[in-house]
Amino acid sequence: MLILNCPYCGVDVEETELAAGGEAHLKRFGPGASDDEFHDYLFMRENPKGVHFERWRHVNGCGKWFHAARATDTLEVFGTYSAQTTEPPKEIREAITAKRPGWTWREFE
Amino acid sequence: MSEPISALNHASYDGIAKVAECGLQGMITLRGDLSDKVLAKSVKDATGQKVPGQREASVNGDTGVCWMSPDELLVLVPYSEVNAKLAQMTETLSGIHALAVNVSDARAVFCVSGSSAREVMGKLAPVDLSADAFQPGQIRRSRLAQVAGAFWMDDAETFRVVCFRSVADYAFKLLKVAAQPGSEVGVY
Ligand SMILES: [Zn+2]
Repeated sequence: MLILNCPYCGVDVEETELAAGGEAHLKRFGPGASDDEFHDYLFMRENPKGVHFERWRHVNGCGKWFHAARATDTLEVFGTYSAQTTEPPKEIREAITAKRPGWTWREFE
Repeated sequence: MSEPISALNHASYDGIAKVAECGLQGMITLRGDLSDKVLAKSVKDATGQKVPGQREASVNGDTGVCWMSPDELLVLVPYSEVNAKLAQMTETLSGIHALAVNVSDARAVFCVSGSSAREVMGKLAPVDLSADAFQPGQIRRSRLAQVAGAFWMDDAETFRVVCFRSVADYAFKLLKVAAQPGSEVGVY
């Protein structure tokens, strides 16, 4: 059972109160983007064994979207953070580094 | 004008806790910037309460205000006053980016009371309802089995539970099953 802290409610909630929203920090390219960029935005996803960033929605709760950083191999949660960001905040990245030195995920490390 | 009737018209059940549909409750959903002074005034005028902090509920009987999310409050007023209170709020809020809507008839409210009330709620919602974790003055939006529901406590042995009116029958049946005689778990 996955337990995440909703950063808006400030409360630990279990998976059945949440809806999974897929991979985090996808970049949608603007008007005039190439077909390749649009293809990658639509279809290309990370599938790591280890550190991963995801979107979750507190659907049976405040209704807000947020981000989670966790490990797919151990279900360890490194932290959750606001949806109003395009990249993992420093404290989340440091929390991951403390547990998984040398981690990388897309362009982040 | 026809006479308004609540979803289950005060149906009730006695088990390890008493479950009762509370009848009509005036409810206004208020969305906006919760730090805005004008918004705070509209809440104060309607309920006499301050804007609640995160997961706080300031409720006295059928009047009060609950925190629903960082940009949403649930304003409770007597059902008979909801139109007048809403008109007053809308007037107060006219200059700011905020929205107040009467949702009274979209909701059902239950009261779960008795010494096993925490147990009854704990069977249905994935929430720590120990006295250390949940107390009067707090609200929790969660789920009751398969439907969304929110609850707060009127006192140490009484929960007030809100769900959508369309699932009132389902919620009442859930609460009845959870309150069956002999079904105490003894956790809380
Ligand atoms: Zn939440």
